Amino acid sequence: MTDTSMPSLRQNPRPRNSRRGRGTLVAWLFIAPALLFYTAFVLIPISMTAYYSLLRWNGIGAMQFRGLQNYLTVLTEPDLLTTIGNAFQLVLYFTVLPVGIGLGIAQVIRTHLGGPFGTTARTILFIPQVIPLVAAGIAWSWMLASNGVINQLLSAVGLGGWTRGWLGDFDFALPAVGIIGAWVLLGLCTMLLVTGIAKIDPTLYEAAKLDGASGWDEFVNVTVPGLRQEIGVCVTVTVIAALASFDIVYVATGGGPGGVTNVPGLEIYRLAFAHRQVGLASALAIVLMILVIACILPIQWLMREPRK
Amino acid sequence: MGVTSLKAIGVVAALSVSALSATAYAAPTCGADPVVLNSYFETGFPLPTRLAEEFTKQFPNVTFDIKEDQFANLMENSPRVLAGDNAPDLIRLPSISDLVVDGLLKNLDGYFTDFGWDKFPASQLVQLRINESGRPRGEGSLYSMGLNYSLTGVFYNKTLAAQIGMTAAPQTLAELDALLEKAKAAGIQPIQEWNAPNAGLAFPLQNLMGAYGDPTPINDWIFQKPGATIDTPANLQATQHLEKWIKAGYFPADANSLDYGANMGQFIGGTGLFLFNGDWESGNLDKQMAGNAGFFLMPPAVAGAKHAAMSAPLTYGIGAKAKNADCAAYFLNWVATNEEARKINVAVGGSNPGGPPDLPIPAVAPGSVTEATLTAGNVLAGDNGAMDFIANATGAIFAEGWTPPLQLLVGGRTDAAAVLKAVQAEYEKQLAR
Repeated sequence: MTDTSMPSLRQNPRPRNSRRGRGTLVAWLFIAPALLFYTAFVLIPISMTAYYSLLRWNGIGAMQFRGLQNYLTVLTEPDLLTTIGNAFQLVLYFTVLPVGIGLGIAQVIRTHLGGPFGTTARTILFIPQVIPLVAAGIAWSWMLASNGVINQLLSAVGLGGWTRGWLGDFDFALPAVGIIGAWVLLGLCTMLLVTGIAKIDPTLYEAAKLDGASGWDEFVNVTVPGLRQEIGVCVTVTVIAALASFDIVYVATGGGPGGVTNVPGLEIYRLAFAHRQVGLASALAIVLMILVIACILPIQWLMREPRK
Repeated sequence: MGVTSLKAIGVVAALSVSALSATAYAAPTCGADPVVLNSYFETGFPLPTRLAEEFTKQFPNVTFDIKEDQFANLMENSPRVLAGDNAPDLIRLPSISDLVVDGLLKNLDGYFTDFGWDKFPASQLVQLRINESGRPRGEGSLYSMGLNYSLTGVFYNKTLAAQIGMTAAPQTLAELDALLEKAKAAGIQPIQEWNAPNAGLAFPLQNLMGAYGDPTPINDWIFQKPGATIDTPANLQATQHLEKWIKAGYFPADANSLDYGANMGQFIGGTGLFLFNGDWESGNLDKQMAGNAGFFLMPPAVAGAKHAAMSAPLTYGIGAKAKNADCAAYFLNWVATNEEARKINVAVGGSNPGGPPDLPIPAVAPGSVTEATLTAGNVLAGDNGAMDFIANATGAIFAEGWTPPLQLLVGGRTDAAAVLKAVQAEYEKQLAR
């Protein structure tokens, strides 16, 4: 027995190692295509941007090494800092409104709009998400123009004194851009939250009802905690959309009037292609990336599932 | 085969006769072999394409591979397009400074001699010259040519003008002020002007600058001459005058949300008395406001003084890596000198076709806006009052220098002095980077 078992004991580790080695190789082969694309289209461009941020370069001519001078410009130039401030204001509209309204809609669909009505409502609410941002920006620009439908509606209900060219108004241009973003992102948030709410155990709602909970109590104590992960995804996606916004602002206002809607995304584009200051544009891009990560990491930490 | 040979002989003969008659001896031609001119034009302006079609009609061996882009995209893409392997033979160039520094544009001095462009008025080509180091502009070698030479001034709606008793173009700034006041009192929008996404108010402002002062310091600033400033006493007077117009409510209340297209639509629709714009709209207005649109040069502040206005070439260049540079240059010369090309230029482009001064300007319909703008061009040339556009001083001065403060000014958020200071600061910052 011993003689027969010993060899097998001695031989076993080799095939196990070999299997493990083969497994690792197979795993790498599975990962390789994605890793290749990720490296080519994410890691290398980020590294190149970081490298360009240390240069003075117009994109065509000779490069000059500037060290951290471009970063110093980004952090001390009031105009560039203002764009970052504008982006944070957009978070209010791009994140708070869609997530807040999306939660409300999800609750209403769960309680009142079952069956085909719910499906129809979900489809209609998701439509903004499939419309290209540029198209949304153009459509809203027409609606918010002086003779657009928004002002026509205000005049029709006796609020003619409020009519204005919304996207050209110093006080309302940024909120108007924010509303466009909120409209676009509402579809995504609603879809995620409606899908998430359907997964919450119905017995929790029954238990809450038996305990005499009101609709609000159900919402706060069952729905919101049950949607923790979905809310986390919504907040993450919308905060990134706000901080890295470009399309809607470019189409709707071009950063005006007087720069009140200018955002880092637009400024990066202008610095690189109009000013031809690729180094400074890259430095602003890196600063924006760090800011986005700095905002997203705490959100991820807050929204993670509590350990059981 | 026989027909092809005959055609080829015909083409060679036509080219030879045309070349000898219009240009100096041994000037480059397009030859007789098939040539495809790689062309990069501006979207929304049919003139170059119409000229290309006529050129192919006259020289069947030459065809055009035309790509088009919006003005802003041209500004942004031209360096990379010119640096590429398939660099255009002909390219619309909004700005040439950076391109020359990077060696992306062909120096046209050779063609200047070959084609006898020294017979063109020197003032016509001055904006197209640039020092090899990229600044200043207005001197040095020739790096581009104008397809035509546009002019800005004041268009007006004849029906609305009649309503306020305007029977002739104002001769002084004070007379223009009086007309604006009358229009406001009559409930007519005095000036129909856009100010988004870029500042259309730069048009009335530069016209006011021309009314108050000599265009030379403004050109020096645009050409980036050392020590040049836009913040001069005359320009301050002009900007203060603009501010006065804003405070009087002469511009649309929603100017900051009104873009070029919407503004033109409103003017053509009859909502405004005056419009500060360029003669590239003459043909359009002749068609869409037939008989109801007029044009005058901005009157000077002092009676009898000289006129000054923005007048700039529709700039086209040849890529340094162009494969058919000679043919492209021949095309540019043909545009300025060929009778049919000049007719198309005026009919479609609405602007002065330039070229040698002894060539007549093609006839246009009497009483048309095009006739008025062409006549105004002659007046301006006589007064030596042409200025380049203040928005062309640097590649980004329009978007980052002029637009934000002029939007603030029309919104009542800043004053005239601060506008000029802000623009000068941005200008210096851009030149320093």
